[in-house]
Amino acid sequence: MIKKITIIILFIFLLAAVLSLHPFGRPIFTKMDDYFIQNGQKETGSNNIVSSVVFDYRGLDTLGEASILFAAATGVFIIFRSRKKYV
Amino acid sequence: MISFPFITVIILISMGFFALVFKKNLLKLVMAIHIMASGVNLFLITLGYRQGGVAPIFTNAPNLNMVLPTVQALTLTSIVINIAIVALMLSLIILIYHHCGSLDTRKRKLKQ
Amino acid sequence: MSKIVKTITSLVSLPIIVFGLYIISHGHLTPGGGFAGGAIIATFITLLAVAFGKEITGRNLSKQLLLLSESLGILTFIILGFFGLSSTFFYNFLANSGEIFGRTILFGLNPGYINSGGMIPLMNLAVGLEVFSALSLIILLMSKEND
Repeated sequence: MIKKITIIILFIFLLAAVLSLHPFGRPIFTKMDDYFIQNGQKETGSNNIVSSVVFDYRGLDTLGEASILFAAATGVFIIFRSRKKYV
Repeated sequence: MISFPFITVIILISMGFFALVFKKNLLKLVMAIHIMASGVNLFLITLGYRQGGVAPIFTNAPNLNMVLPTVQALTLTSIVINIAIVALMLSLIILIYHHCGSLDTRKRKLKQ
Repeated sequence: MSKIVKTITSLVSLPIIVFGLYIISHGHLTPGGGFAGGAIIATFITLLAVAFGKEITGRNLSKQLLLLSESLGILTFIILGFFGLSSTFFYNFLANSGEIFGRTILFGLNPGYINSGGMIPLMNLAVGLEVFSALSLIILLMSKEND
């Protein structure tokens, strides 16, 4: 009984949240992306605009993401190193 | 009238949330978190769609009407962060099973 | 594993590595980049661990070697950011300059030239090495001990 009420309320809440967005296919705020598409080839010299955004215009986010992957591998190594001593 | 990708996002997030609250096996909780993360990644990409647009790559493009490229960069970062979260959760589950003997969240005994 | 799996693994391993290196190195011309290419090469290590077992795979590709290559990858990525410190951190000083990776590209459609892009292909190689090492390390650590 509680499970059915919960999922119906959650569904209605998410539906009301999605209906207040912009219509699908017609975005409103495109000033920064139009600048990236027009001037990306001239300033960075690469044909792939997504690569130039990931590595050139927003390179600090990629540095944070690479350090998260490094920390995850180190964490898994720490967990499975201490387990060998119990057996 | 809302279109099909947004309805898929709603179904994925609500399914993941329901499984996260009402299930008691630990592996099902990890799968629920991964389903919710996939729903959020899909939502990020469908926010940047332009009608009749192609991929923002100039190598062999059919025409010059392109979709927004910034959102795809954020989605790349989000996918890598979810890999790190799920990997650490799974290794902690292996450690919990070695110490407690069962994968149930309602049994709390600690066998030595 | 059976003989069919071992034969197909040794046949299909070289196209997987070549395809992964193609996706990493053409990151500034086609969709892909460092993250997707590193994940493709990590599936080769997973295929070896499934077909041949964990001990034989860990004999030549030990965990210390994977830790060393992962640290080298992220260290190269940070040092590449310090080269353009004349203007800012992570400044693309090789684009439109005429040296290696420095061809000027005008606006419009063109067939892709590898000689362009500036610092982007070098950063792609560093990130690809780091992602491959991290994912292989996670897979090899979580495998079962005795089988």
